[in-house]
Amino acid sequence: MKIHEYQAKELFKQYEIKVPNSVLCEKHEDIECVLNQVPIPCVIKAQVHSGARGKAGGVKVAKDFDSAIEVANNILGMELKSSQAGIKKVNKILIEECVDIEKELYLSLTFDRTNECIALILSTEGGMDIENVAKATPEKIHTLQIKEYLNPKELVQKLGFNNEINKKIEKIINSLYKLMIEKDATLVEINPLVITKQGDVIALDAKINFDDNALFRHEDILLLKDETEENPLELEAQKSSLSYIKLDGTIGCMVNGAGLAMATMDVIKLAGKDAANFLDVGGGASSEKIEKAFRLLISDENLEAVFINIFGGILRCDFLAEGVKNAIKTLNVQVPVIVRMEGTNKELGTEILNNSGLKFTVVNDLNEAIEVIRKI
Amino acid sequence: MSIFINKDTRLIVQGITGKEGSFHAKSCKEYGTNLVGGVTPNKGGTSILDVPVFDTVKEAVNETNANTSIIFVPARFGANAIIEAAENGIELIVCITEGIPVLDMMKAKKAVQINGARLIGPNCPGLITPNVCKVGIMPSKIHKKGNVGVVSRSGTLTYEAVYQLTQLGIGQSTCIGIGGDPIIGTNFIDVLKAFQEDEQTDAICMIGEIGGTAEEEAADYIKQYVTKPVVSFIAGLTAPEGKRMGHAGAIISGEKGTAKSKMEALTNAGVIVCENPANLGSTIKSILQ
Repeated sequence: MKIHEYQAKELFKQYEIKVPNSVLCEKHEDIECVLNQVPIPCVIKAQVHSGARGKAGGVKVAKDFDSAIEVANNILGMELKSSQAGIKKVNKILIEECVDIEKELYLSLTFDRTNECIALILSTEGGMDIENVAKATPEKIHTLQIKEYLNPKELVQKLGFNNEINKKIEKIINSLYKLMIEKDATLVEINPLVITKQGDVIALDAKINFDDNALFRHEDILLLKDETEENPLELEAQKSSLSYIKLDGTIGCMVNGAGLAMATMDVIKLAGKDAANFLDVGGGASSEKIEKAFRLLISDENLEAVFINIFGGILRCDFLAEGVKNAIKTLNVQVPVIVRMEGTNKELGTEILNNSGLKFTVVNDLNEAIEVIRKI
Repeated sequence: MSIFINKDTRLIVQGITGKEGSFHAKSCKEYGTNLVGGVTPNKGGTSILDVPVFDTVKEAVNETNANTSIIFVPARFGANAIIEAAENGIELIVCITEGIPVLDMMKAKKAVQINGARLIGPNCPGLITPNVCKVGIMPSKIHKKGNVGVVSRSGTLTYEAVYQLTQLGIGQSTCIGIGGDPIIGTNFIDVLKAFQEDEQTDAICMIGEIGGTAEEEAADYIKQYVTKPVVSFIAGLTAPEGKRMGHAGAIISGEKGTAKSKMEALTNAGVIVCENPANLGSTIKSILQ
């Protein structure tokens, strides 16, 4: 789960990590009032779940009050385009005081999959895309794998600052690590972490991702979820514990199991088309759940056809057929439906589809499916 | 022979009285697996499927001499169930449970390593040695005894591959789903090593997916140590960046974890990589002839 910068900064404050003074604003009519609470010049930052907000025009500095009002009005409500997250409407802005920057650093703690531990990453090249820094100047990225306990001292010394600054950075790292463990975060990132001309160390930006699987023990974090950031179809799917992701293609698909669902998307591509979605109905889906999944899938306006690919292990093919039949009967489905079923109760399932009076194209294997989809 | 499970496997089920636990315990037993008991806290002293239920793994091991456990407990108790099994002498722990938090798994994996146990999963379908032993949730009847070892990060995609093989008359030595989570016990390399050493296995089918670098590492290992032919498919060539494809581990971030890089690494290691999952069975058939 992702949260906004302003929410992450609130968490930072709880862990005694310094952040600039700021006020959140959600309405155009409040902008002037909010600006009266923040020293000018100020920074106006779009609050959306997306990286590279600056590049997309969602972060701007305003030198005086009038330009601050203009910039704030422009950013609030704008459609932010980013390569990572597509187009997102800005519903909230954070208006923040400017700080005197002496040096910008990069600091993050992240789950390191290869080594199965938490890794600390530090760099003197803050404020930039860290993946590009890693490519261009790998010697400027310092990494520490945290195996038993965290001791960042040596790594911090590599940055080349004086003792006083080093201690402040170490303290921030320790706080960040505590936050990560206590709140089950999978990433905490400060980019940039700045050293001010006054010798302070402040988190200018804040990004935190949480482990979805651990949210059951963090009610406070769950409250930070912003549903407007999610695709409405994906949100609806989550509520029915379906794993659904909207994609750009025209062939809707419904599959059981994540691996087979991805493979099905790949098969659609081999047929010269693109999948309209990823949809995993899971292991033991009932006919009601199948019906719900089918409704969700068919609500996509761009569909040319639907491809159902089920390998019934625990999931029974007769449940699948019943659910699909019921959904098609009540919905006005105009596109062809291709079904491939294998495994438990395949014969019963085929019989239900054949006797339904509805039109299905039943295929026996994936190669046959490719041929049928190609001809759509 | 086979790998990891055989006729000497003595199985207990952690979470045996739950809906899923009892259903699959029954299916494993019917397949011929030596089910010796189960564990559910506060249900000790009762019995199910003609085997005793214990409160703890310790009691179950003492009373039944179990060496293998399969776990069906809810996600929030998953890591503790693994640790309990590891600390009480279970040699092979198969964790079916999906959705265990990453930080919990870091602890559980340490406990498994310290105690010298082997963990398969979590979030996996388990494993099967056809006609001999099943410790998992896969549909039994699609399998056939034979000489192809199958290893995969995914459940139903494994069934797809196995089904294709069986339809073509090709049997399997052992089929293992290693799981779709970021932290798993047994990885591709562990299984490849075991298949390379296994006399019954003549060829290996390896099914990967996007996310992480396990397939790239496996490719390095195959290049150096595996002389048996390997056929592979990587799911998720068309998956977009930054979206989690169902499995907690299946996500592309930046240039890491793409299907393309995995396919290239495997091809360079001499693996036959199928672009079309429908051709896995026929490709394996052609190399066995």
